Amino acid sequence: MKDAKESRVLSKDDVARILKRMSHEILEKNQGVENLAVIGIKSRGAFLAERIASNIETLEKKKVPVGAIDITLYRDDLTEVAEHPVVHSTEISFDITGMKIILVDDVLYTGRTVRCALSELVDFGRPASIQLAVLVDRGHRELPIRPDYVGKNMPTGRDESIEVRIDDFDGKEEVVLVKNGGDE
Amino acid sequence: MKRSGGEKWTKKHLLGIEDISREEITMILDQAKGFKEVLSRAIPKVPTLRGKTLVNLFCEPSTRTRASFELAAKRLSADTLSITASSSSFLKGESLRDTARNIEAMHTDMIIIRHASPGAAHFLSRCVRSSVINAGDGAHEHPTQALLDMFTIREKLGRVEGLNVSIIGDIAHSRVARSNILALVKLGAKVTVCGPKTMMPLEIEKTGARVTYQLEEALKKADVLNILRIQLERQEKGIFPSTREYIKSFGVNREKLKRYAGKKTVIMHPGPINRGIELSQDVADSEHSVILEQVTNGVAVRMAVMFLLSQIKSVPERAR
Repeated sequence: MKDAKESRVLSKDDVARILKRMSHEILEKNQGVENLAVIGIKSRGAFLAERIASNIETLEKKKVPVGAIDITLYRDDLTEVAEHPVVHSTEISFDITGMKIILVDDVLYTGRTVRCALSELVDFGRPASIQLAVLVDRGHRELPIRPDYVGKNMPTGRDESIEVRIDDFDGKEEVVLVKNGGDE
Repeated sequence: MKRSGGEKWTKKHLLGIEDISREEITMILDQAKGFKEVLSRAIPKVPTLRGKTLVNLFCEPSTRTRASFELAAKRLSADTLSITASSSSFLKGESLRDTARNIEAMHTDMIIIRHASPGAAHFLSRCVRSSVINAGDGAHEHPTQALLDMFTIREKLGRVEGLNVSIIGDIAHSRVARSNILALVKLGAKVTVCGPKTMMPLEIEKTGARVTYQLEEALKKADVLNILRIQLERQEKGIFPSTREYIKSFGVNREKLKRYAGKKTVIMHPGPINRGIELSQDVADSEHSVILEQVTNGVAVRMAVMFLLSQIKSVPERAR
């Protein structure tokens, strides 16, 4: 990344606090854990989903099913992505029919990723509802999609990008705003 | 958003294992894992190739391979068209080139070809704009079979590198053997080929494979046995004296396995099996056998190949 200017917007502790708050909000809105399941969009959304699920378990002393979804095969822009997309496995080991699904991603931008995830999810069954939780909402929606739980609203320019880094995946944890040269 | 992309796929056609690198083979196998997961879903279908048209051009009989390609295409939501030699204008004397270009004029994206002549897929790739997948060309190559074999070995044993793999049967007339040897050598396996002298091609050692004419030698220390189908029609041509003699010298059965091979030896066969000839009844259905898993994996591997090839934008001007 050439001449990219990074500024940190959230620290590791900030992310942890935000995820705790979001977990509370999810429980509040759904009045507990009954029929609740958390599914993250790969790659980073999957890690966030795990965290939210473990927060929920700590709070309610009940386990919620966790899954991960890989949307590569549902993308509508496959031939436009510069780097070759790698197909990962979707891991949903429970029946989602009748469940209240919390769909988790790191950054909400155009909404196209979420659109893919929704198409894929309904191929797995008919959930009672799907709610969207994102760590960062950076605006610039191109589809009629809105999140139910937002970690942080961050108005950005088109020439900027938001990078979420997760300990288990990137070796460090933070959210940064990148100006120019980003590849979001 | 995804940064774990890695290398880029650049090939427009899959004509043979000879034309692709170790890295490219690995890339296909890695992708195939994701597609195998798709096949295990309640709705085993994804919209990835929606709107693409694939043609199965089969100028030689085939059940398994054709069904596998067709299913792979359907699982990816592509439209498929099957043309078999017996029901097409080949019988009226139309050339392969004309047939292919006429089909392509109907706006197809990928042609899967099986043909009795070695090089048919290469030839086709030079006269059409669509991507071409070789589904077997004479005794030359059968790349997707080798890829599904590599996938199966990797799935069963965790790796291919450093394994002892023995290929037993008619090496000279087998495209499966040829593609397998190429793939195994590229991935770093130790390959042994075994069969009667009349079924061993000249200069086979140059591929990097070890040659033996004793089944015992091929069974010893083998992690994987890939047993080829004996084409009985060749017996008339005098390549082997009698079926009974073949069974005695090269047929794999429970007793020989017990005596020479390890307990965990994996047995593969590209099908269709001549039960009781190259492979005995009890071994074909034994715990050693992964023959049916090969078939399942074939669909996943072919999906991966189609997916990768479809990512290459077609050349705007008509290639000659």
